[in-house]
Amino acid sequence: MRQPFLSHSIRQRLILQLLVVAAVLAALLYLSVRSVADAAVETTQDGILGAAATAVAEQLRGGEDGVEIDLPYSAFSMLGATGADRVFYRILVAGETVTGYDDLPLPPEADRLLAPVFYTRAFRDTEVRIAALERTLLVDRRPVAVAVLVAQTRLGQEAIVAAMANRAAALGLGFFAVAALLSLVTAGSVLRPVNRLAEAVARRGPRDLRPLAHPTPAELAPFVTALNAFIARLRAALTRTETFIAEAAHHIRTPLATVRARAEIALRQTDDENTRATLRSAIRAVEDSARAASQLLDHATVVYRTDQRAEERLDLARLTRDVARNLSPTAELKDLSLAVAVPDSPVEVTGDRLLLKSALHNLVDNAIKYSPAEGTIEIALRPNGRSVEITVEDRGRGLEGATTRDLTRRFCRGANVADVVGSGLGLTIVEEVAAAHGGRFGIADRPGGGASAYLTLPLA
Amino acid sequence: MRFLLVEDNGDLARAAQTRLALDGHGVDWAASLAEAENHLLAAPYDLILLDIMLPDGDGRDFLAAQRRARRDTPVIVMTARAAVSDRVALLDTGADDYITKPFDFAELEARVRAVLRRRGGAAETLRRYADLTFDPLKATITIAGEARELRNRELRLFEVLLSAPDCIFSKPHLCDRLFSYAEAVTDNAIEVYVARLRKKLAGSAARIETVRGVGYRLTAD
Repeated sequence: MRQPFLSHSIRQRLILQLLVVAAVLAALLYLSVRSVADAAVETTQDGILGAAATAVAEQLRGGEDGVEIDLPYSAFSMLGATGADRVFYRILVAGETVTGYDDLPLPPEADRLLAPVFYTRAFRDTEVRIAALERTLLVDRRPVAVAVLVAQTRLGQEAIVAAMANRAAALGLGFFAVAALLSLVTAGSVLRPVNRLAEAVARRGPRDLRPLAHPTPAELAPFVTALNAFIARLRAALTRTETFIAEAAHHIRTPLATVRARAEIALRQTDDENTRATLRSAIRAVEDSARAASQLLDHATVVYRTDQRAEERLDLARLTRDVARNLSPTAELKDLSLAVAVPDSPVEVTGDRLLLKSALHNLVDNAIKYSPAEGTIEIALRPNGRSVEITVEDRGRGLEGATTRDLTRRFCRGANVADVVGSGLGLTIVEEVAAAHGGRFGIADRPGGGASAYLTLPLA
Repeated sequence: MRFLLVEDNGDLARAAQTRLALDGHGVDWAASLAEAENHLLAAPYDLILLDIMLPDGDGRDFLAAQRRARRDTPVIVMTARAAVSDRVALLDTGADDYITKPFDFAELEARVRAVLRRRGGAAETLRRYADLTFDPLKATITIAGEARELRNRELRLFEVLLSAPDCIFSKPHLCDRLFSYAEAVTDNAIEVYVARLRKKLAGSAARIETVRGVGYRLTAD
């Protein structure tokens, strides 16, 4: 797809425009210097030609039988001063050429020309500048028109103009080069505040939703204001999400807790086996919905935090010990022991503490749920090159052929766990946390029975 | 044990009070942080069960204030919030443990025991029956100076039987106390634990009697 012009770099556009302006100015400079030089040189030549023509005309005398012509060579030597230029002349009496080059072009208007007229014509393979004037002489008491034409080639003039034009061109190029340099600097300095602003936004941590207080030029103020308004809306939306999750949990769980406590009390107080069975199934249902609600909300939290991960360096060894310690009373209820093999030294990874804790919690909780009483759950943490592997192994019922892919799909559970309370989200959460941290998660049947889950994370 | 329950939901509070009383615990109920403060000034408690969202403030702030004032009654926070978002902050504010609503009272009991054990326990938790001494925190039965360790289910079974000596407990009742409702167990599963507990009681005047067709009871010669 063609990119619209607006999305091109402002810097490029700015530089391009400045360069075009500089080029136009340089060309104008060149042209105007050239035309001024042209005019100046031409005026000079015209002055000399005019003077020469006038000098020649002044030497013309009318007599009884014709016109007396006395060519003043001093006038021509004036012209000869300009380099290799050749000089031509032509004198006409009553329209007849009497001396000089009879093919030298006549002026456009051959009327009475008291002041010299100047014109440029092609003559003998070159261009000449011609000064022409007319005088009236009395020949045999009758007025006779005498015209004087003095011409000079333009080689010297062209050479001067060319020299000046070269200088003008050099000046124009120099001007352009300086302007180009300045335009680069200008583009840089004009765009610097934009770049600084972009850096300031990019440098922010994922949880940093404070408004921008970066000093910006007035032109960027509307942009910063809009950005800050957006940040404020985002913050409000996130706060609402967090509050909603918390309140949803509160409103779902508190009544469930009441139901559960009441059911347990009733169970203690009755001996009727039917009532007891009903109460047990009620408690199971409460547990089921509580767990589903809890994991749905955990899942929502995980998804939400994956988008806005709070990265920090943390000690995975300590985190693993904390999770194991926290779940040991739960394990104890089934006389299960948690064998924790974790190095004493810190094992640092970069990640979101809550997400990683949630993943580990789910792994260990799963192992406890599916283990028969009085077993041992082995939790191990092994740094391995540039990554660290956490394994949680139990002697439970295993997977019966289910794959990691099957078990990490939302709301999908193994085929052999219908009798155990669960939501089908626990391993989905683990998998999502692993993916968010650039790690891997897998679960497989353990040789000798049970399941073996691993979570691999890159070391910090 | 004596608990202070800080919970604003009256239904839940009364249910929890009744339920904990069934296990022989004394529970005082405070519906707000202010009430909790008054209770704490009036009497010592073994443990505080603290809710987070209360009408007059956040339970976590209350907890932090308690710790700042160097009042170190163990606290287990009952959280109803999404488990993930609360866990870290709770333990950082000085809670000894937390439990997510709705809770399994057996698990609550296990957590209370774990907290008290970590805190170094209180001597008055020791119980005597016939010629034996029972320490629920250390999970031991001492007979003639010889301490025998009990596993968790043996401990809970013994606790139940000891709560009413000479009374008969039916198999289903005992099963409910030992196994989670999420587990599918037959009533006969209890027999394994009774057999083990009998072994631990060997040589004592106390013994577990089978009342055929009804259940079991703890009695002494």
